Amino acid sequence: MDFISTRSMSKDLIEDVLKSAKKFEPKKDFSQTLKGKVLATLFFEPSTRTQFSFQSAMERLGGSVLGFSSVEGTAVKKGENLVDTIKIISSYVDAIAIRHSKEGSAKLAADISPVPVINAGDGSHDHPTQTLLDLFTIKDHFKGFDGLNVGMCGDLRYGRTGRPLSIALSNWNVNLHYISPPQLSMDKGTIKFLRDKKLRVNEVLRMEDVIKELDVLYMTRIQQERFPTEEEYLKFKGVYVVDPKLMSMAKEDMIVMHPLPRVDEISVEVDSDPRAKYFEQAKNGIPVRMAVLNKAITEAK
Amino acid sequence: MIEKMLKVQKIADGTVIDHITAGKAWEVVKLLGLETYPETVTILSNVYSKTYGKKDVIKIEKKQIGKDEISKIALISPKSSVNLIKNFEVKSKYDVELPKEVEGILKCTNPVCVTHVEPIKSRFIIESKDPLTLRCEYCERLQSGLQFK
Repeated sequence: MDFISTRSMSKDLIEDVLKSAKKFEPKKDFSQTLKGKVLATLFFEPSTRTQFSFQSAMERLGGSVLGFSSVEGTAVKKGENLVDTIKIISSYVDAIAIRHSKEGSAKLAADISPVPVINAGDGSHDHPTQTLLDLFTIKDHFKGFDGLNVGMCGDLRYGRTGRPLSIALSNWNVNLHYISPPQLSMDKGTIKFLRDKKLRVNEVLRMEDVIKELDVLYMTRIQQERFPTEEEYLKFKGVYVVDPKLMSMAKEDMIVMHPLPRVDEISVEVDSDPRAKYFEQAKNGIPVRMAVLNKAITEAK
Repeated sequence: MIEKMLKVQKIADGTVIDHITAGKAWEVVKLLGLETYPETVTILSNVYSKTYGKKDVIKIEKKQIGKDEISKIALISPKSSVNLIKNFEVKSKYDVELPKEVEGILKCTNPVCVTHVEPIKSRFIIESKDPLTLRCEYCERLQSGLQFK
């Protein structure tokens, strides 16, 4: 089966993947699970950690991986379109993980490919395995989602993690708190979707206004290119920083998450705080992607 | 007197699209590709309508438009009706109805959508009829302002 967008994943599917990932978590031998299967990692945009994570997951399942991490030296560089690339590569492998700057490219690949396609990030649209590992991390800590106050801070408009995570969380009874400058706020269509599903959505400008309420603080990076001028960027750059002072205001069991890489939105002093879960979150990418690959390859497309 | 005659002139064979939202006839003409149609096309814009106050009407001679074209009209003017005429008589009449999916005729409003660069047809599903909102099947972006290709 394909993993293309969070919107198209049912609650049952999400729960199934999280349960399966839990089984893949311990350091047992899974090297017979996908033995002889080949995964192509087509990374039209570089992303070392996501690509390595897919590679590691596939190899732990006994499969092998081929792929590229930039279009340099490929037929794409010569002007080949994505449709042709997918038609050819899909005849060589058992599954494809694709990262591409164009939104909807994974859906297009899935429409063409006879083998399962996993979206490893398509522009600002979606990154379903990131969402699944985010959910896995939250569930691992809180054992469930109902009743949680989840804060998301930073670039909620152009980032590819906040929107799909919100959509996935709408399967449960959670309260969402969006903390961002107006230029980077969550889009209205998504907020309407969430409110239609009876979620409480709270939008604030200042972290201090909600920090005491939060069970989860999901940080994202604010990118300079999203602002019209450097001056505008600098105004918000230093505003959302998780540091020991902010952590002292937070609940004792609040967890801090981040899809990484971080720049300076979480100070390194916070790394030693037991509530800092972002490295564990990145590590969870392995069992979650093992579960996704196993499901993608063994279940009918 | 001449003006009045032209407005009520019946057509022998063809299609009359009635109750088009006032001012929208020009978009319908473009959508149906009638700018280059070689037979007579009569466009009435902002004429009196008992129900809506004002409406547009298009009469296309010697052409019976198909179901696909009828559903396309709904994207621009959802309250229109289509009369197919033969021998000066209405042979069939349809109220336009929005299709569930719209393929190939709209451009995604998301500038970084894959449909702008790959050799594929755009595809949208109708999320809401009133107000008309579509979702791109590729990038999943919601669209309320439609862009025709």
